[in-house]
Amino acid sequence: MTLANSPDGIQSRHLRARGGAWIVASCVIAGLVLLPVLALLWQAMRGSDGLWSHLAANVLPHAITQTAILLAGVGLLVAVIGTLSAWLVTAYDFPGRRMLEWALLLPLAVPTYIVAYAYLDLLHPLGPVQGVIRAILGYDSPRDFRLPDIRSMTGAILLLSLVLYPYVYLPTRAMFLTQAASLVEVSRALGTTRAQVFHRVALPLARPAIAVGMSLALMETLNDIGASEFLGVRSLTIAVYTTWVTRYDLPGAAQIALAMLALVIALVSLERWARRRQRFSTSAQRGRSFAPRVLTGRAAGFALGLGLLPVVLGFLIPASYLAVEAWERFRLAGFSAGLVTEARNTFLLSAIATAAVVACGVVVSYGARARPGRLSAAALRVASMGYAMPGTVLALGILTVVAGLDRWIDATARDWLGVSTGLVLIGSGMALGYAYLARFLAISTGSVEAGFSRIPRSYDHAARTLGRGPGETLWQVHLPLSRGAMAAAGLLVFVDCMKELSATLLLRPLNFETLATRIYAEAARGTYENAAYAALAIVLVGLLPVILLARIGRMGQKP
Amino acid sequence: MAYPIHLARAVLAGVTLCAGAASAQELNLYTSREPGLVEPLLQAFTESTGIAVNTVFLKDGIAERVEAEGAASPADVLMAVDVGNLADLVDKGLTQPVDSEVLTTAIPENLRDPDNHWFALSMRARVVYADADMDLDAITYEELADPKWQGKLCIRSGQHPYNTGLFSAYLAHHGAEATEAWLDGIKANLARQAGGSDRDGAKDILGGICDIAVANSYYVGLMRTGAGGEEQKAWGEAIKVILPTFEDGGTHVNISGAAVAKNAPNRDEAVQLLEFLVSDEAQQIYARANFEHPVKPGTALDPVVESFGPLTPDTIPLTQIVTHRAEASRLVDKVGFDN
Repeated sequence: MTLANSPDGIQSRHLRARGGAWIVASCVIAGLVLLPVLALLWQAMRGSDGLWSHLAANVLPHAITQTAILLAGVGLLVAVIGTLSAWLVTAYDFPGRRMLEWALLLPLAVPTYIVAYAYLDLLHPLGPVQGVIRAILGYDSPRDFRLPDIRSMTGAILLLSLVLYPYVYLPTRAMFLTQAASLVEVSRALGTTRAQVFHRVALPLARPAIAVGMSLALMETLNDIGASEFLGVRSLTIAVYTTWVTRYDLPGAAQIALAMLALVIALVSLERWARRRQRFSTSAQRGRSFAPRVLTGRAAGFALGLGLLPVVLGFLIPASYLAVEAWERFRLAGFSAGLVTEARNTFLLSAIATAAVVACGVVVSYGARARPGRLSAAALRVASMGYAMPGTVLALGILTVVAGLDRWIDATARDWLGVSTGLVLIGSGMALGYAYLARFLAISTGSVEAGFSRIPRSYDHAARTLGRGPGETLWQVHLPLSRGAMAAAGLLVFVDCMKELSATLLLRPLNFETLATRIYAEAARGTYENAAYAALAIVLVGLLPVILLARIGRMGQKP
Repeated sequence: MAYPIHLARAVLAGVTLCAGAASAQELNLYTSREPGLVEPLLQAFTESTGIAVNTVFLKDGIAERVEAEGAASPADVLMAVDVGNLADLVDKGLTQPVDSEVLTTAIPENLRDPDNHWFALSMRARVVYADADMDLDAITYEELADPKWQGKLCIRSGQHPYNTGLFSAYLAHHGAEATEAWLDGIKANLARQAGGSDRDGAKDILGGICDIAVANSYYVGLMRTGAGGEEQKAWGEAIKVILPTFEDGGTHVNISGAAVAKNAPNRDEAVQLLEFLVSDEAQQIYARANFEHPVKPGTALDPVVESFGPLTPDTIPLTQIVTHRAEASRLVDKVGFDN
């Protein structure tokens, strides 16, 4: 597996000869992501008296411990669930496997705060689960018997992992499908047992995919506020939020958030550094899945049950809960009038933003490939920064940039044309598109980069030798060959845009609601039951790209 | 050469014309109050004046957004819950004074800004929910730290504005040292980790997790009327409401209120909205639909709220309580209230 591919040498120099435009475009996109971070840096420099002594004495010891336990727990669990489920549906064949391949993605459609709320209600002493247990055991009142509270670190780790494991499952399965085939077959021919194939071949091979997926899941975890608050985890992000909202100390909040960003960048760099000696061979044979072992009888039943477990816990239970709640709401208060508009807003906004985010991800990733070098590599890294910060804080940075630009446009229009434009970017919702780009570009560059890395460099060389420019090469070679990776990027970005709350809440125009802001508006006043429709709708809208991806993925498998 | 500029000017003029034609009839509201609570009031306002209200619900970032938008901000009225948030808007220079006899007559002096920047529109009390079967008729805030409640008290996060408001009032009454000891005592009494919503207090009392809970008064009305579903009626019936007092004062109340934005493009309409919100009609909506305490003296309470008994608001002015907010928040961290 350490077959070195040799991108250097004469051929690469030939490649470098063109493609300057890609570098410029990459840098512009990276600059767009960097601007809000710089705005926050400027905020942070305004200073905050006595913040760090207070934090060091009273907040950080607890918050860092809690954050570390949470990240370790979620990281471990998503890696295990994601990798095992990916292996299960690629290495084995059993009735229901094809359904599982896409069903395992379904929990993606459930926002963390919704899964947390659903389980809190279901497992509450007054909820159905404990009610049944009491009835069986013969207790009348919850005062006589109740289960431990789900509002705990264990509860948080379990619930977050149940909806975040698809971040690992998706790239890891792709890696198994496209890369493992020949190597696994060779290993078997050399007499390696099945268990050893997984440990010694498939797992190390999938490491970059697992690392990418885990880092996405962990950043979601790190920046989560809603679920952590419900479940009583006092993470660093909660400390950032408290500093800003309760103590009106935005510079202080920006300082903590930037410190966290620095830490995340350090950790990501460390992981890359640890993998620096590994080169992953790029097989010219593409998309050939290795022959899975056919399971029958009890083994098949067991495999299906195992694969269904995360789907049931991470999707079916919370979704059914929402369906029941929405039905109750319908009987009580009728259909919510704004729902259709909110669903349409959510879908259109997410779809447009996703197209932009994936396109920018392609540009940045391809820039780094067409013109390898420090500048393009730096652009690639910078483009991923927005995802590593708490969304609330990044949204404030984006607000500064967008509003500044809006004021400049307005002032310029007044000077030159004698008319006021008002706030064009915020007023038109373009600010939201920018916010999603800055926040989620990491997801699309991550997936697209992984997709490109599976295309042998010799293809680039061949195309260029045949006289194709970098743009034509991208269009005719890379894009068709990495269709699956781009679809995956699109799916992840879409569901994240759809669930995004902090920036949407802060930057949306007047009279504009999405499903997420509707849910939040109800949750903020504690009337969760009113949010049941919107919560169910968000899950349903999230299903669309999952189904779409499943279809594209299946097409990609056909030779 | 000049063609693009002419074109741009024509387009912009068209856009501005449309916006201008509409703006005579409308007003832009930035609110950190939840839309569900505000909408009935706005509907009544539009019906009575013909002025349409465009709304954006912003929660925490309202000050940052208006500040960033600067002179071009379309915001006319800024609406917020918690006196601290209103004071923050004034401190950042985002509001303008309103000289209105309607407002100053309707709203008692202690419920508006001395310089007429913000005005309270409704009040809510921070009360105690107790198990309906319990033999308890009165309690002081100080007694919440009494060890006899050990393992029996539920409360939401200490960093929530409703709680930092109460803790700031405690600071104003008793000073930092006593407040820290009191918070330690409450922390020791918690039946579960501080968290969830105010309504969870009632739910957890029925669920057998705790005996008493600290929460806002209006949730009881929402629960008991079954507005949120049948099951919530049971939560509401499982508890009784006790209006606690400070040993040397009254019940802690907080407010929802509004201010006119500094750069309000529709200033007249903005003032009209504020004046409408203290009219008898609007104050009735606050009382009946939201189960809050109206600010206008003489407005009838909802029967559910009236059943709690007479409310004696604490005597320390809200503007003084606000000054302790950051300190209260730091003390919450210091005693590890939420951990």
